Amino acid sequence: MAASTSMLTSSSFTFPSQGLRLPTRTHPCMKPQKRFVRKDASNVITATYDLKPPPYPLNALEPHMSRETLEYHWGKHHRTYVENLNKQIVGTDLEGLSLEDIIIVAYNKGDILPAFNNAAQAWNHDFFWESMKPGGGGKPSGDLLDLIERDFGSFERFTEEFRSAAATQFGSGWAWLAYKANRLGVENAVNPWPSENDKKLVIVKSPNAVNPLVWDYFPLLTIDVWEHAYYLDFQNQRADYISMFMEKLVSWEAVNARLEKAKAEAAEREMEEERRKNEEEWKPTDDDDDDDEGLEMYVDSEDDSEAE
Amino acid sequence: MALRSLALATRKTLTLGLNSTRLSQSRALQTFSLPDLPYDYGALEPAISGEIMQLHHQKHHQTYITNYNKALEQLHDAIQKGDSSTVAKLQSAIKFNGGGHINHSIFWQNLAPIREGGGEPPKGSLGWVIDTNFGSLESLIQNINAEGAALQGSGWVWLGLDKELKKLVIETTANQDPLVTKGPHLVPLLGIDVWEHAYYLQYKNVRPDYLKNIWKVINWKYASEVYEKESA
Repeated sequence: MAASTSMLTSSSFTFPSQGLRLPTRTHPCMKPQKRFVRKDASNVITATYDLKPPPYPLNALEPHMSRETLEYHWGKHHRTYVENLNKQIVGTDLEGLSLEDIIIVAYNKGDILPAFNNAAQAWNHDFFWESMKPGGGGKPSGDLLDLIERDFGSFERFTEEFRSAAATQFGSGWAWLAYKANRLGVENAVNPWPSENDKKLVIVKSPNAVNPLVWDYFPLLTIDVWEHAYYLDFQNQRADYISMFMEKLVSWEAVNARLEKAKAEAAEREMEEERRKNEEEWKPTDDDDDDDEGLEMYVDSEDDSEAE
Repeated sequence: MALRSLALATRKTLTLGLNSTRLSQSRALQTFSLPDLPYDYGALEPAISGEIMQLHHQKHHQTYITNYNKALEQLHDAIQKGDSSTVAKLQSAIKFNGGGHINHSIFWQNLAPIREGGGEPPKGSLGWVIDTNFGSLESLIQNINAEGAALQGSGWVWLGLDKELKKLVIETTANQDPLVTKGPHLVPLLGIDVWEHAYYLQYKNVRPDYLKNIWKVINWKYASEVYEKESA
């Protein structure tokens, strides 16, 4: 675990290996500062995550989402994830990391470690409550609406696609609107001419506890489609639950705020990468040979078998 | 004589290119329908509420069947047209919905009202092999419940017979994957649905309570019959 933490600040990721996406995010949350750490009287560091309440009373989403649902969903399910996470990380290297850091580390590129489920579900539910508000629904506006229209054709097409993702996530899971600012879809590919068009809104669905943080996307909106999210109010009628969510509960304000933050972080990350690239180009070290080999692979190849 | 007619038939099939298409068109595609429960919806109370049984049977299981039939029809068309990409695309829908139909059909038979033997411990060879493999029925139940409670998300916990190794196994499967996806020689004796829809209205988030109580209505007679037949 200590090795993983040091990866977060390593500056050894040079331009050709940009494809290694995981802990290189220069995201405030990803910096390995100790978060949520308390010292008790005996000066022992214990990290505990708190169960944050939704930003509205438990009955505030009625009649669309019942108080009873919130009481169980937040009061039991979400609470249990947080409590179990705290128990699980005590005395381990995960203690003291931010929740997002734990998620990335425990996701372990798909070879999931035990703390992942609780950490990711704790995060997912915080994100979910904040994705809704009393009197929500309607349409977004401004930059967000522009981007939606650019990337989905129209708000209606976006809604259709989002509903479909939520309805077809088989078993337990989540559907997401996310901002995808990483360069290309393939891990080891390098985008020689990055442009603003690489940054786009995407709809994705994920099983169980998985969330788009593990793919290095910026989540903007989510709907929980585990059965516990809708069974008391809608029983098996997931489609009705999804409609209700879209029409009455979505907080476009929250989505907007997240989009602005995502754009800022993406820009910051780009500047950071430019800076690193410039540093590397000027560094007179033996590493240059390795860099040249790397560059050769991507830029100048005598082997025409890859060419059309 | 038989060989000659076989050879003739083969030649005919090869030369008349349309023949195979015609054959499969005339062979009707089997559609599936919802099996009746062998007991009333309320007959498993208080272990499982009538409300849950009705929703589970009439809505969830029926939906799997409806979608399974639809996917099979689309698959049939795609095969005939040689549309491989659609054939590949349909595989997950067939596994989800077909698996849902398989699993629930077994589940209804795994349950029985108390007055019809639900909850009665297994006798005969199954009872004996449980004691041998697990020490006792209580120990088996504890193991199954632990696995069922620990399953993340949706899925099933199974008591199965490994026909090749000739022993009982406890397995879990995710979503609606049938037990056979965990091993081609595995035969399900008992399956417990741990999707939230199987218990939520009654037990809410307390899946362990559902698992504790369901044993009062488990139909060991059915499991014994399957065991005896498959281990013969």
